Amino acid sequence: MDYADSDTSPHASAGEEEGAASWQTDLSRAPAATKIVIAGGFGVGKTTFVGSVSEITPLRTEAVMTSAGEGVDDPAEVPGKSTTTVAMDFGRITLEADLVLYLFGTPGQKRFWFMWDDLVRGAIGAVVMVDTRRLTDCFPALDYFESGGLPYVVAVNHFEGTPRHEAEAVREALALAPDVPVLIMDARQRISVVETLLTLVGRALEVSPGLPGAPSVRAGHGVNPA
Amino acid sequence: MTTAAAAPPAPRRVPARARAAVPRQGGGPAIRRSARVRPYSLTGGRTRFGHVLLVETFVGAPAASPGAEPGPDAPGPGGLASRVLPEARAIVGLCRRLRSVAEVAALLKMPLGVVRVLIGDLADQGRIRVYGSGHTPGRPDRALLERVLSGLRRL
Repeated sequence: MDYADSDTSPHASAGEEEGAASWQTDLSRAPAATKIVIAGGFGVGKTTFVGSVSEITPLRTEAVMTSAGEGVDDPAEVPGKSTTTVAMDFGRITLEADLVLYLFGTPGQKRFWFMWDDLVRGAIGAVVMVDTRRLTDCFPALDYFESGGLPYVVAVNHFEGTPRHEAEAVREALALAPDVPVLIMDARQRISVVETLLTLVGRALEVSPGLPGAPSVRAGHGVNPA
Repeated sequence: MTTAAAAPPAPRRVPARARAAVPRQGGGPAIRRSARVRPYSLTGGRTRFGHVLLVETFVGAPAASPGAEPGPDAPGPGGLASRVLPEARAIVGLCRRLRSVAEVAALLKMPLGVVRVLIGDLADQGRIRVYGSGHTPGRPDRALLERVLSGLRRL
């Protein structure tokens, strides 16, 4: 599990019951809810990322993992990881009184795809976090989002004491399309995390179909006989 | 395996044989198994009455709703929550405030899948209200993305 990341939250001392958001107490209506998926290998900084912008201490929810995937890859690479449950850490940002954004950090290994399918339904897109010391850890996530058509950006979490790679070098190493945004960022810095999220939402807008009535790529083909 | 090996140059026939073999080999047990444990997954995350329960879906229990007894118009026995599991009561209690499905699971330290089944049952019984996402299902539309963008810029 992703415990390695958990102690760096800026909200470390606050419990979730740190006071309800104003929209939580009015049960006659609910805000719009949307979400962004934060994917990447173990220990890459997903929970740190979430904690840097979340208004609540990142919460952890767990799903019991089947034994089918055990042995496929090696959780012993990072100490303290369990193979029996898979943890998903998430945070929340109230963007408007009636708009709430959730950030879900999800394990980046192939055997957790059953969770990803569920998570990405209705998601704005994904931030694929990369640690240049373990570049291959992000391959399953990249493959998944590429094949599923979910908008994504690549966030290279720069760890202190490691060489700082150029975005273009990372793009080449990961064989990313030229239009996929690559950011060198620091998951501990709120401003850096916000910038990453802004880039992702901008990317989602870029690839989103046009406004109703506005000219879109497909409008010109005129294949609709009606 | 043996049929495939016996007819290597006939690619069209191999899949046909493979398909034909499926019901004979595994049809019976597979059907029994799915009827027993998979009604939830077969509904694609929807409860009996069509509630969609994504991780970010908001749920709430208006104070008037009974915390321990099923509502008068509750469907008959069968749902897990109708047996008044302590977990179901805990969910109703927690949902005096608006919560997302994921928050309920995390705060009660229960697996997400279990919580969804229980919330689905409670919703079907009218003890929990499941709120719409506030936007159309599927990928968020441009209007929502613009709102998120400006919201993030204000952070």
